[in-house]
Amino acid sequence: MNFDSLLWVLLLGSLLGLELIGKVPPTLHTPLMSGANAISGITMLAALTAIIKAEPNSPLLIIGSISLGFALFNVVGGFFVTDRMLAMFSRKPIKKNK
Amino acid sequence: MNLPDIIKFVIDLLAVLLLALGIKGLSKVRSAREANILAAFAMLLSVIGLLFYYLRTEGIRTQSWAWIIVGTLVGSLFGTLLAKKVPMTSMPETVALFNGFGGMSSLLVAMGAFIYPFNEGVKAGSLESFINDVSISISIFVGAITFSGSIVAMAKLQGWLSTPGWTQLKARHFVNIVFGITSLIAFIYLISGNNGSPLWLLVLASTLLGIGVTLPIGGADMPVVISLLNSYSGIAAAAAGFVVKSQLLIVAGAMVGAAGLILTQVMCKGMNRSLISVLFGGSLSAQTTSSSGSGEYTNITSCSVEECALTLEAANRVIVVPGYGLAVAQAQHTLREVTKKLEQNGIEVVYAIHPVAGRMPGHMNVLLAEADVPYEQLKEMDVVNPEFPATDVVLVLGANDVVNPQAKNDKSSPLYGMPVLDVQEARTVFVIKRGMSAGYSGIKNDLFDLPNTSMVFGDAKKVLSELIGELKDLGVGDK
Repeated sequence: MNFDSLLWVLLLGSLLGLELIGKVPPTLHTPLMSGANAISGITMLAALTAIIKAEPNSPLLIIGSISLGFALFNVVGGFFVTDRMLAMFSRKPIKKNK
Repeated sequence: MNLPDIIKFVIDLLAVLLLALGIKGLSKVRSAREANILAAFAMLLSVIGLLFYYLRTEGIRTQSWAWIIVGTLVGSLFGTLLAKKVPMTSMPETVALFNGFGGMSSLLVAMGAFIYPFNEGVKAGSLESFINDVSISISIFVGAITFSGSIVAMAKLQGWLSTPGWTQLKARHFVNIVFGITSLIAFIYLISGNNGSPLWLLVLASTLLGIGVTLPIGGADMPVVISLLNSYSGIAAAAAGFVVKSQLLIVAGAMVGAAGLILTQVMCKGMNRSLISVLFGGSLSAQTTSSSGSGEYTNITSCSVEECALTLEAANRVIVVPGYGLAVAQAQHTLREVTKKLEQNGIEVVYAIHPVAGRMPGHMNVLLAEADVPYEQLKEMDVVNPEFPATDVVLVLGANDVVNPQAKNDKSSPLYGMPVLDVQEARTVFVIKRGMSAGYSGIKNDLFDLPNTSMVFGDAKKVLSELIGELKDLGVGDK
C-alpha cells in the first residue's frame, strides 16, 4: 500500500467522521462518546498483526498480547456499557397504578 | 490481487461501511441501540477478515494463536465484568478508563513495533522506514498522553485525586512546556533513525505531559477532557494503522478522532467554555472564588420540606430540573418515587434537561431512564423554556449554573451567553441544595435571591425521601 493512498484514506476518514457526528441530540452524547470510544479500540487490529508477524519466541508476542488485551478491554467493555445505557432508552410501557 | 487479498478488501470495505453506519445510527435515539450492535459486529468482522487473510497467506503460528487467545480472553473478560458491574452514575470515569486502556494499547503496539520491527523489506534510511518511524512515534506520543491523561481524569472523577493548589500555579505551564519540548526532542531523535533510549524518553515525557495537562483541570470540566482524549485515542489508532499499513484501522481511527473533536466542541458550547480555557485555564472554581467578591446573597428565603410538599400538592404542572448534585447523590430513583406520587394525583410532571446536566452531556437522560422515567417526559431546553411561565412549581435538584438568570441578564457576568433554563418564569421555584456554595463556575446565582425562589437545604436524596413522607401524610398518590 502506497503512503500517499494511506494519507488519502486518513483525510477522507477524518472528513467522514466530521460529517457523521454533525447533529446529535444531547441525550445521546454520553452513549455516543462511549460507543466511539469502543470503536477506537480498533487498534486491536494492530496488536493482532504484531502477534501474527512476530518471530517465534519473540518478546513481541507478549507485548502484542498485552496490547490486544488492553484493546479488547476497551472494545468489549465499551460496547457492553454503551448497550446498557441505550437499553434504558428503549420505550417501556408506563407502569400503571398497582 | 489474488483471492485472499480480494476477500480481505471486501470485508474491510464492508466493515468500514458498517462502522460509519454505526456511528451515524448512534446519533439517533431510535436507531442507537441497533447501531451500537452493528458497530460491534463490524469490529468482529474486521478481526475475522484479518485472521482469514493471514491464514490464507503467511499462516499463523500456533504460538501466535496462543497469545492471541490469551489476550482476547483476559481483555474481554475484564472489560465485560466492569461494563456489567459499574453503576450508571460512574459512567464518565468508566469511559475514561476504557479510553485510557485504548491509548495504552496503541502505545504498547507501537513500542513493540519499534523494538522488534516486523515489517519485512523496509530498508533503513528509505522513505518507507522514515514513515514507519514517524507513525510509531506519533502513536507512542498520543497513546501515552491518552493513557496517562485518561487515568488522571478517571481518578479525579472517582474522587481519588483532588486538584491540589500547586497545580494552579502559573509555573505549571512552564513545566508542561518542558515535558512537551522533551517529547519533541525525543521524537526528532527517533525519526532520525536512532534506537534505544529516545524511545523511553518519549514514553516518559509524553506520559508526564498527559498528567501535567490533566491534573490542574477541575472536575466539572473533566467530561470535555475525556471527550478530547477519546478523540486522541482515535488519532493514536490511526497512527498505528500507518505502522501496520491497515486502511481499515486508519479510517476507523480517523473517524473516531474527528467525531471526538466535534463532540468536544458541542460540550464546550453547552458549558459556555472555550476548549483553550478548559485546557489551560486551570480549575475555574479555584480562580473565581477569590475574584467574585460580589457573591453576597441578600434575599434568601429558605423553607421546610413540609411547605414544599404543600405547594407541590396544590400544583397542576411541575417541572423538575435535575443537575450534577442529583447525579452525585444518586437520587434519581428517589426522585422518580416523588414524581410518581405527583402523577398519581393528576399533576403533570416534566423533566427539563439542560444539554450539560449531570456529569456529562446526556448523562442525566441515562440516569433518569435508569430510574424508569418515561422518555417522553424528558424535554430539552429549547422545548421546555417557553413552558416555564405556565408552570406552577419548578424543582431544581442539584443544578446551579444552568438555571442562573445572570447568563441572560448580566452582560458583565462570566456566564453571560450560556444557554440556561428560564426557571424564574415559573410561579414558584424550589431549589434543593446542600448549602449556599456556588456552582462550578463559582459565580453567585441570582435565582436564589428572587422572591419566588425558596431554598430547601439538604442532600438531594435525603430531602426527596422526606418529601415522599410529607406527600404521604398529605394523602398524595394514595389512591
